[in-house]
Amino acid sequence: MTTAATTVDCLGLACPIPVVRLAKAVAAVEVGGVVELLADDPGARVDIPVWCRLKDQQLLARHDRPEGGWVFQVRRAH
Amino acid sequence: MAVWTDPGVWTDPGCGQSGAPALAAGLPSRSGAPESAGAVPTWAGNAQGLADATLTAMREPAETYLDAASTTPLHPAARSAMVEALDGFGDPARLYGRARRARMLLDRSRERLAAAVGAAPDELVLTSGGTEAANLAVTGLARGARRRRHLVVAAVEHTSVLAPARALTAQGFEVTEVGVDGTGRVDPAELAAAVRDDTLLVGLQHANHEVGTIQPVREAAELAHARGALLLVDACQTLGRLPVDMADLGADLLVASGHKSYGPPGTGFLAVSRRARLRPVMVGDERERRRRAGMENLPGVAGLAAAVAARVAEAPAERDRMADLSTRLVAGLAGIPEVVVYGDPATRLPHLVAFSILYIEGEALLLLLDAKGIAVHSGSSCTADTQEPSHVLAAMGAITHGSVRVSFLRDATEADVDRLLAVLPDAVADLREMAELDTQAIERAAEGR
Repeated sequence: MTTAATTVDCLGLACPIPVVRLAKAVAAVEVGGVVELLADDPGARVDIPVWCRLKDQQLLARHDRPEGGWVFQVRRAH
Repeated sequence: MAVWTDPGVWTDPGCGQSGAPALAAGLPSRSGAPESAGAVPTWAGNAQGLADATLTAMREPAETYLDAASTTPLHPAARSAMVEALDGFGDPARLYGRARRARMLLDRSRERLAAAVGAAPDELVLTSGGTEAANLAVTGLARGARRRRHLVVAAVEHTSVLAPARALTAQGFEVTEVGVDGTGRVDPAELAAAVRDDTLLVGLQHANHEVGTIQPVREAAELAHARGALLLVDACQTLGRLPVDMADLGADLLVASGHKSYGPPGTGFLAVSRRARLRPVMVGDERERRRRAGMENLPGVAGLAAAVAARVAEAPAERDRMADLSTRLVAGLAGIPEVVVYGDPATRLPHLVAFSILYIEGEALLLLLDAKGIAVHSGSSCTADTQEPSHVLAAMGAITHGSVRVSFLRDATEADVDRLLAVLPDAVADLREMAELDTQAIERAAEGR
C-alpha cells in the first residue's frame, strides 16, 4: 500500500470538481508523489481513470469505500 | 489543436504538442469564404425553396439549433402530406369508400417507406416511433423464440434496445453486451466471439447516436447469419442521411424513427424480414398483419412517408456540406485548450460532432449557450435523467464531464457554426474560472476545519 502524500476529499462534490481538484493536487506534488482522491460522484468513477490516461498520470489503484464512493490513488508520473 | 482522437491519445493545444493527424483521413476540408450571417442556404436537388424558407422562419427568431440528432423540424413535404391527410378521416380496416381511401393512403405510404429501406411493403410494421419499434423487435422476437435464448447487443446501443434486452433476463434469456473501442466502434472479432449457436438476435446500431461512429453492420450480419441468428439494426440516426438498405446492411430487422428524419413525432416503423418469427407486444386487433394492434396514425404515416422519401432524395447532395460544417467546427475547437473530439474521424455521420471540454460542467455550458440562443446536447451526468454519465461515453473510456454533442440540421450554414464558435471560448473560460473559484473555496473550507 502506497502512502499518499496528499489526500483530496471530494465526497459529495459533483463533476467536474473532483477532476479539477485532482489535476491541481497532482500538479502540486513532486514527480513520483501520490495523491489520494475520495469521490462519490458517478461521473468520477468514469472520468478519473480516463483523465489519468489522457494526462499520462499513473492510476495506482481504485478501491470501493464501504461508506460509498471510491478512493483513487494517482502517482504523478512527470 | 483539437483532433479526432481515441481518448487514449491526447493532444494538448496549450502545450504545442499538437502532432495530431489533423482530422486526417475523413472529412473534406472546407472550401470557399464563410457565408455571411443570414445568407439563404441552398442545396442541390431541392425544389422546395419557398417551403424551406417557411420552415426556417418558424424557428425561434434568434435560435441556433444544433441538436438534430435529438429531433428535427417537420419537412415541408411531410407537412403538405399531413395537412392533406388530416381531413381525410377513415378507418382503413373498414369496407366503404371512405375507408378504402384511407386504406389506399396507408398502402401508398407503406410502399414508399418500404422502398426507401429496400423492404417489401408487408415487411413493415408501423409504430409510434423508434422506441416502440426497438421494443417490438427485441421483445416480439423473444416471444416468438423457441430454443434460442441468447441475445448479443453492443454496449453503446440506444437504451430502447438495451432496456428491453436486459428485461428479458428475467425470463431466462441471456444477454451479452459487446464493448467498443475508443471511437465507439464494436470490434467484429469481439462480436464473433459473443455470438453462439443459441443466439437469437444480434443488435447493432447503424451509427452511434452520441458520437456518430458508423458500426460494422455488414460484418455483424455475416457473423450473426453464420450462427443462424438475426440482425437488428437501429437506423434512427441514419435514415434520410446515409443510404439505408436492408439487403446491403444484411439487416433482418430495422428500426426507424419519424421525428429524427424530419417526419412527425409519434411515427416510426420496424421493418422485419419474413425470416423472423415476431409476436406482437401491442395486442387487440388484426392490424399490421397481427404484429401491432391499434388504429394507424394516418396523417402521421403520410407525413413520415413523405419526409423519408424527400430525405432519401436530398441527403446525398448535402453530405459534403455537412462534413464541411463538422470540419469547420472541429478546426474552431482547436482554439480552446483541453478539448477532446470523439468518434471515428472518417467512418462517421457527417452532420454530428461530439467532444468533451475538460474541467467544466456540461449542464452549466448548456445553460450558458441557451442564454445565447444556441441549442446543443450533452452526455454529462448532470444533464442526464439518471445522474449517471452517458453509457456510450463510459463504454468508450471517454471523459464524460463537459461533454457536448453538436448535430446539424439539413439547412445549417457556416454562420451557425460561427455563432457557436463566437461564444464558446468565453463561456468555457468563465466556467473554468468558476470551477477554480469553487475549488479554492472548498479547499479553504477544508483547511479551516
